[in-house]
Amino acid sequence: MNARLLALFFLFVLIIASFVSLDLHFLVFFETDSVQSMGRFLLEFMHPDLEPQFILKVWYASLETIAMSALSTLIAAFLGLLIAFKASGVRPLLNVLRAVPELVWASLLLIAVGLGPFAGTLALALHTTGVLGRLYLEAIENQTDGPACALRAAGASSAQVFFFARLPQALPQLVSYTVYRWENNIRAAAVLGVVGAGGLGQMLSFHLGLFQMNKAATVIAATLILVALVDSVSDMIRRHLG
Amino acid sequence: MIRVRSDDHPALRDPASSGRVFFVGLFVLAIWQMARLTEFDLLGLFAAFTDPAPRNFLLGFFPPAHSVAFLTLALVETWRTVAIATCGMFIAGLIGLPIAILLTRVLSLSAMGRPQRGGAVFSSFLRRVLRSLMVFLRSVPELIWALLLVRVVGLGPTAGVLAIAISYSGMLGKVYAEIFESVDPLPTLSLLNQGASRLQAFAFGLLPQCSDELISYSVYRWECAIRSSVILGFVGAGGLGQQMDLSMKMFAGDEVCTLLILFVLLVAFADWASQALRKAWE
Repeated sequence: MNARLLALFFLFVLIIASFVSLDLHFLVFFETDSVQSMGRFLLEFMHPDLEPQFILKVWYASLETIAMSALSTLIAAFLGLLIAFKASGVRPLLNVLRAVPELVWASLLLIAVGLGPFAGTLALALHTTGVLGRLYLEAIENQTDGPACALRAAGASSAQVFFFARLPQALPQLVSYTVYRWENNIRAAAVLGVVGAGGLGQMLSFHLGLFQMNKAATVIAATLILVALVDSVSDMIRRHLG
Repeated sequence: MIRVRSDDHPALRDPASSGRVFFVGLFVLAIWQMARLTEFDLLGLFAAFTDPAPRNFLLGFFPPAHSVAFLTLALVETWRTVAIATCGMFIAGLIGLPIAILLTRVLSLSAMGRPQRGGAVFSSFLRRVLRSLMVFLRSVPELIWALLLVRVVGLGPTAGVLAIAISYSGMLGKVYAEIFESVDPLPTLSLLNQGASRLQAFAFGLLPQCSDELISYSVYRWECAIRSSVILGFVGAGGLGQQMDLSMKMFAGDEVCTLLILFVLLVAFADWASQALRKAWE
């Protein structure tokens, strides 16, 4: 009971201190100026830009988003496999890769490779390598040595042991981890672009920067449709398997 | 008798080979298309490191910035990140909890046949509207909320707090309602049957059964909110992320290094604090 009181007290102090120390100005919502500009925003938002030419651009950005997520997941899966089977000594490196969020990786990479989807793809690949590498390592460590030992005893080479004992044994789990991460990466890729790393996000921050709310509304709608699509497809697959 | 060359013999041919070749071809084509779409250019990546600007940026990482002035600034921004997450979570709870109560079927008076103003049709309609509002609030990514709010309320922590409050209230409303539905409904129903008001039935029948779970889940979400509030800083919503964005734009590698270290420490601290707090309710 004392621990609970202490914890509640800590939370209470934390909340009060947070509100006191931040210079929050919620009153902005009651000033005539900002209410008017918000009304204008909303009005434009209600009329998304549906010109075929713009829709085509949004479609292209959606494809770019999906390509970013798929390619980065593929790279991460390849690197993860390599690490899990050949270089388990880099575990601390995996922790670093995983600890830095995708968005931070993206803005670091923008400095190296410039604006565009390439930076976003690399950022997703780095973060996902950290995640998948660790999951793969654990999956491999938990498998039984029986099949590998049997092949080894029968004179198989290490490549044969890998392809006919270790990999097939771990494959179902590796595939399910990878698909789960891909699903995550599509969602991440859709917003990653706000720092300039390609896809729908880059388009959104571009049009918002120019205060073209009707175009921004179209891009947000496309993002929501994409995310909903991914959710329902993965739901369907999961129900099919489970 | 016709002699059959061994590799021509049907029994020795791989029956799946044509399919395999087809799928490998499709896979290669897909990768090629994706590489084209994402402007994939590994050579460009290596070329970038011969450029002076990115190279100096990376070389600047060591030693990390450690002047007293910068460390003070960085620590203040770290606190602001925690404060943004805390305020956002608190407001999200204030919005999410009443909505969860409204959504909970156990507390529905019309469902148990007690006459209500407006009647059952109206309340089930209201419930459906609220439910889809919650779905909308949480399906727009918080980064997009922040991006929009920065345009409305300007740069700074207000946008961050509101973005977290909006997207987390959708999530909390849903999860709180699920928690309310998962506990034993009998105490609540018997209170309602004896004429208790909805709020009375909630406070004395439902809440005592699940207050531990509510607090525990909220603390876990608070930990998540700290991580998101760093990210939100990158679009100008204040805190550690905004400072990191500024330092990157100034190519100050040493400052970025310090901020990254602080970020990792902050995440570790939030993880520890949330576990310690949740343990108090176990």
